[in-house]
Amino acid sequence: MSDVAERVKKIVIEHLGVEEAKVTEGANFIDDLGADSLDTVELVMAFEEEFGCEIPDDAAEKILTVKDAIDYIKSKSA
Amino acid sequence: MAGKRGLIMGVANDRSIAWGIAKAIHAQGGQLAFTYQGEALERRVRPLADSVGADLVLPCDVTTDESIDATFAAIGKKWDSLDFVVHAIAFSDKEELKGQYVDTSRANFARTMDISCFSFTAVAQRAKAMMPHGGSLMTLTYLGAERVMPHYNVMGVAKAALECSVRYLAADLGHQGIRVNAISAGPIKTLAASGIGDFRQILRWNELNAPLTRNVTIEDVGGAGLYLASELSRGVTGELHHVDSGYNIVGMLRPESAPELTEMLKNFSKSES
Repeated sequence: MSDVAERVKKIVIEHLGVEEAKVTEGANFIDDLGADSLDTVELVMAFEEEFGCEIPDDAAEKILTVKDAIDYIKSKSA
Repeated sequence: MAGKRGLIMGVANDRSIAWGIAKAIHAQGGQLAFTYQGEALERRVRPLADSVGADLVLPCDVTTDESIDATFAAIGKKWDSLDFVVHAIAFSDKEELKGQYVDTSRANFARTMDISCFSFTAVAQRAKAMMPHGGSLMTLTYLGAERVMPHYNVMGVAKAALECSVRYLAADLGHQGIRVNAISAGPIKTLAASGIGDFRQILRWNELNAPLTRNVTIEDVGGAGLYLASELSRGVTGELHHVDSGYNIVGMLRPESAPELTEMLKNFSKSES
């Protein structure tokens, strides 16, 4: 399932235009990667598209870090 | 659209309906200017504007007359006239786009009406001065203005007022050759739509119940926007044009036209018996 992590990181890097090295699993989208509130919504939409899953609003609100995203997507596709 | 110039208001990102219209007009040679509201949106609009060779990218806060005046003054410095305007702007407190309409607050009602309805009239007031040879104004609306849709609430009320304002503006501006129309787009997953509760269910419902059995794309709406901006629609004004896979005409589809729904209903009746 490391594939999920790679794909999530790739989306984050492309969407936020940040260096790969900064996108660690513990990185917080807003605090560490400079995302604004619209970015967080756009990232969730991009994850949904990439993984063909649905991330409801209450779950999306809890996705604050790269790891949160990976864990959520893994839990849905497991 | 070669030689035509227009203003696109309300692009947020590349999923925006206004962007779908902008792309369609650009592909036919139309020249575009864009407005944005706030830095967060500027950062998103600029690269898109660059990609269609637009160098007029201006801030516009539609809640103040000064800001709208400044936007049109800046356009007037570069262009001596304007041929079309695409207005794709709306706002409501996200908390009131879930739950019940009956709980709408006075403050959010007024703000929603101001940004989602009056702003189009305010833009028309400035645009008409730049359309000495006529032109086309269009805005975006949704079926929630005509019928009840879940969670659309105060936005439905504002869109109903917007649609009505399209008719009054069409009547006022017709003698100047300015046409005013609205596109009622089916649900599309845009940044703005992310504020509407249960949006996925609305998308799915639309897909299952629409004659075309699919949802529409920003490219679909783009085609209609291009038509309304162009001379192809020169005899059309005051019109509410649905681009929604036909959803708005349906009471109920024939079971064989909606196989997925029919299947669901079969399971439902089994569990009942």
